[in-house]
Amino acid sequence: MSTEKRPVPTPGQTVGPFFGYALPFEKGGELVPPGSPNSVQLHGTVFDGNGDPIPDALVEIWQADANGNVPNETGSLVRDGYTFTGWGRTPVGNTGRYVFSTVNPGPTEPGKAPFFAVAVFARGLMNRLFTRAYLPEDTEALENDALLSALEPARRKTLIAERLADGSLHWDIRLQGEDETVFLDFHAQG
Amino acid sequence: MAEPVKSSDAAADNQAIVSQEIRDIEEGYKAAVAAGQPRETQPRVDYPPYRSSILRHPTKSLHHTDPETIELYSPAFGHQDVHALESNLTIQHGGEPLGERMILRGKVLDGDGRPVAGQLVEIWQANSAGRYIHKRDQHPAPIDPNFTGVGRCITGPDGSYEFLTVKAGAYPWKNHLNAWRPAHIHFSLFGTEFTQRIVTQMYFPGDQLFPLDPIYQSIVDQDARDRLVARYNHDLTSPEWALGYEWDIVLTGPKRTWTENEAYGEQGDDEH
Repeated sequence: MSTEKRPVPTPGQTVGPFFGYALPFEKGGELVPPGSPNSVQLHGTVFDGNGDPIPDALVEIWQADANGNVPNETGSLVRDGYTFTGWGRTPVGNTGRYVFSTVNPGPTEPGKAPFFAVAVFARGLMNRLFTRAYLPEDTEALENDALLSALEPARRKTLIAERLADGSLHWDIRLQGEDETVFLDFHAQG
Repeated sequence: MAEPVKSSDAAADNQAIVSQEIRDIEEGYKAAVAAGQPRETQPRVDYPPYRSSILRHPTKSLHHTDPETIELYSPAFGHQDVHALESNLTIQHGGEPLGERMILRGKVLDGDGRPVAGQLVEIWQANSAGRYIHKRDQHPAPIDPNFTGVGRCITGPDGSYEFLTVKAGAYPWKNHLNAWRPAHIHFSLFGTEFTQRIVTQMYFPGDQLFPLDPIYQSIVDQDARDRLVARYNHDLTSPEWALGYEWDIVLTGPKRTWTENEAYGEQGDDEH
């Protein structure tokens, strides 16, 4: 055991019902302008344990650019239309639906399965949840992925987005229930 | 699924029922700690006294995994994103907001005690009467035309942040009959890694509503709960101007091995 005393992390709390006038910002979900070359939509619905859409959730994504580079650009809050910052935030609508306009993340290392890192917040959710939305195409990389290969097939599929005919990525988030999304713990709690 | 799930916003139960649930959970936790279970530092996502959480928490345990590349970095924010005046919540309109003016200062640190420099801090809060500007807040307390209750800043090289605002009021909510939230300020924070992302609430010392509030009490450990309570600091109080409160935030992690350049190099906000 280390003798050095590390500070204990501050607890999280629910985002509550009233974040809507504070956290969302203009074009928050538009990492790239909608309809721009190579843009894709990442969209889906946030559901509760009854399968009902949650109308007061907030979704954030953080991703590599199309070449797999990790962005280090400021300016997310003031979208200038051409700087790719890799980060987006959007509240869901009344039907629980969220939409991002972005690009397909590239693999951050050769052979790695590309994914969006996701954080989910909602009224009624005590602490933020982390998860991932993987691109469905590179099946070999998905097979070899450390996280996915540690999951049962039924659970694994909750982390893989579906590519629709229009090129968009569909990925729902289920906070509870039979198809509950796999949520991640990066820090064994202590 | 035989039993219908309790409606999450029915406000059917009174405070005595909810308080009993809160006490029962805490007693269970204390017994578990006494029996050698580790102490908890985060809120429980499964905390039925907060009715809205019943259908909104994962029932499967979080899957432990090592963060990978993108998760080991954090989005970058800077003065392009946030104007210096956004940390002053008392100058956003034509006049001074009503209420107890307060200076709120602190540091954002990582789990190694290292300052989180140059990162985004966002806050939002009710006005001094306990009313949010949000259209969903129908509490019949006055809206203050001179107070929106939203602030942002970028942390300094030492991880410091500072806001000028007014003290938030307590407000009623519909969790149960006669439910009141202790006065609080919402905080949204980023670290140097996405894994450190956190949204939380800061409270004021000595609030009589603490034992009654299922959101505060969802953190079942008293020491952990105390970490959300700001400290009144008379040295920070400004004569004939504003009361001073201090609150430091410690993020989890980090998980990434820092390069020397990162550890000693570009330490955030040096625009002064």
